[in-house]
Amino acid sequence: MSILIDRNTRVMTQGITGKTGMFHTQTSRAYAGGRACFVAGVNPKKAGEDFEGIPIFGTVKDAKAQTGANVSVIYVPPPFAAAAIEEAVEADLDLVICITEGVPVRDMVRTKYRMQGRRTLLVGPNCPGVITPDEIKIGIMPGHIHKKGPVGVVSRSGTLTYEAVGQLSELGLGQSSCVGIGGDPVNGLKHIDVLKMFNDDPKTEAVIMVGEIGGSDEETAARWVKQHMRKPVVGFIAGITAPPGKRMGHAGAIISGGKGTAQEKLAVMEECGIKVTRNPAEMGRTLRSVLR
Amino acid sequence: MKIHEYQGKEIFRKYGVPTPRGFPAFSVEEALEAAKKLGGSVWVVKAQIHAGGRGKGGGVKVAKSPAEVKANAGKILGMQLKTHQTGPQGQKVRRLLIEEGADIRKELYVGMVVDRVSQRVVLMASSEGGMDIEEVAAKSPEKIRKVTIDPAQGLSDADADEIALGIGIPQAALPQGRALFKALYKCFDETDASLAEINPLIISKDNQVIALDSKLNFDDNALFRHPEIVALRDLDEEDPLEIEASKHDLSYISLDGNIACMVNGAGLAMATMDTIKLFGGSPANFLDVGGGATAEKVTAAFKIMLSNRKVKAILVNIFGGIMKCDTIAAGVVQAAREVKLSVPLVVRMKGTNEDLGKKILKDSGLPIISADNMADAAKSVVAAVKKAAKPKPKAKPGKPKAKPKSRKHL
Repeated sequence: MSILIDRNTRVMTQGITGKTGMFHTQTSRAYAGGRACFVAGVNPKKAGEDFEGIPIFGTVKDAKAQTGANVSVIYVPPPFAAAAIEEAVEADLDLVICITEGVPVRDMVRTKYRMQGRRTLLVGPNCPGVITPDEIKIGIMPGHIHKKGPVGVVSRSGTLTYEAVGQLSELGLGQSSCVGIGGDPVNGLKHIDVLKMFNDDPKTEAVIMVGEIGGSDEETAARWVKQHMRKPVVGFIAGITAPPGKRMGHAGAIISGGKGTAQEKLAVMEECGIKVTRNPAEMGRTLRSVLR
Repeated sequence: MKIHEYQGKEIFRKYGVPTPRGFPAFSVEEALEAAKKLGGSVWVVKAQIHAGGRGKGGGVKVAKSPAEVKANAGKILGMQLKTHQTGPQGQKVRRLLIEEGADIRKELYVGMVVDRVSQRVVLMASSEGGMDIEEVAAKSPEKIRKVTIDPAQGLSDADADEIALGIGIPQAALPQGRALFKALYKCFDETDASLAEINPLIISKDNQVIALDSKLNFDDNALFRHPEIVALRDLDEEDPLEIEASKHDLSYISLDGNIACMVNGAGLAMATMDTIKLFGGSPANFLDVGGGATAEKVTAAFKIMLSNRKVKAILVNIFGGIMKCDTIAAGVVQAAREVKLSVPLVVRMKGTNEDLGKKILKDSGLPIISADNMADAAKSVVAAVKKAAKPKPKAKPGKPKAKPKSRKHL
């Protein structure tokens, strides 16, 4: 088992004809190893055409109706990304994964408002995507560093997630699913939502949660872990050395009003029974130490 | 993106947020002229820098005659204004705002931000104006009133009134308070602001509600649709290295340490800085080269890192996913040659084409120290800095061999 996506997931790509969309559709399709997971593309101006055999539709609704796709991945440019998410939500897809970086916060505030009461889940924006090793990869992460296994990975960043996964795989610890939730302040699934899913996934035995400065999502998740999590969780927070008031690359990675520091997050996580490491080179070994 | 107080007030006026009358001045003469245009008998001379805490630092003075305007303007213009937000070196004052004096009966605080928990804009206000709001939040949180704003409806009259009364705006000024809050939200929303603050918001003796200060920050991701705001950017207020970096699509932030680092990805870049610190070093910068780092981009990154005189060593940490390690390695070698690198360079590369990348580094003949993981890389670079700091040993240069060698432990 896994969370969010598996071998039976059928994916449409919004923005399939852009450079990024094309490239990552190719690599994701190759990762699926011949399984026809990537079944549709969406581009209102290119309906009826195809991308390397993947049919392109004018709308998400059409793509869903014609191919049965239940998940969408978005590579459209930032000014149009929120509208693309809304289109997928209106078509009642199960899941939308928005890779696009640089979506205006105001757009996301409105999109999240319109998503209230809808069934569609959102991952991102500004995220690497989701992968269930050996089954399906939806996003921009390098597939080859992953390995199938019992560890759930949830993270706000991209390459730091790869770092964690790389360490796990080198130690022989495979992953059930890896979810990059993204570094924006207003976004879809948060750490807590993904932890709940890993808790309910019989194939996940332990979880590594990678966070960064800004906001209080890690603290919220940690408090939930203390109350409800039946599996060990380990954690790392990036940004101990980050100065307040400076945005560290990600829109959401900023210490403001004295809140959102790494120290504060680590302290709450420890208090809630999460084993944390302050050395990012030790993420894999820390996870190994809590297994069994 | 940040703007000056006077620019923020110009935007406020456009949206109907009342402010005192005032004019910007770039010289003492302009300051005098502004005072003349304003008339009256009391003026305020305010330093315009992007940092807060200007009053305490001596950047805001009341003048009761044109001669005092002139004297204060002369004193403040060109001064190195130090506040709790500028750091010890302070910020040079190049612009002033000359404003009419105000009759203050009461000082309040109003702020607006995007709240990550509710995923909406929140209006915060407090009866404790003019104070450091973080201090108020810590000491007497009951004095801060908050309301979450519905993005479809905007700020409702009822919510605006509740906040206004909650912070002690008198009944007589309630309609104005309500109008100001609503105008502020419209301004926040339409300009894609990420932060709006009025500290203090004042009630004047004749019950006017006026924004005596303005602080507006904008969402960088939304600037593409606000050329009018981009035009307000004041490069003098920004770190020249950060400006140079942004031209190359690099995300760079100067820090106080002496170990420069270049990393792909913001999270990994922060983690790399943290690791340097963990092993006793101090990072000189944050630098995310992003996904598509070409040789040109790496060279630009090296030049920017090395323009910081404090830098004693460089750590490169790349997790090659889509980006291939051999490409990065070639870029690093080219950059090191082009800038005639004279400080120790530690490179840690992982992922796609890792071995190929390492070979390129090795074959280059450059004294690059290779490391297998982040911890080793950090230890090596810290050791290299310590070694360089020691008085030069007698041995001939050109043999930096004693540095920790890379270890395999997979």
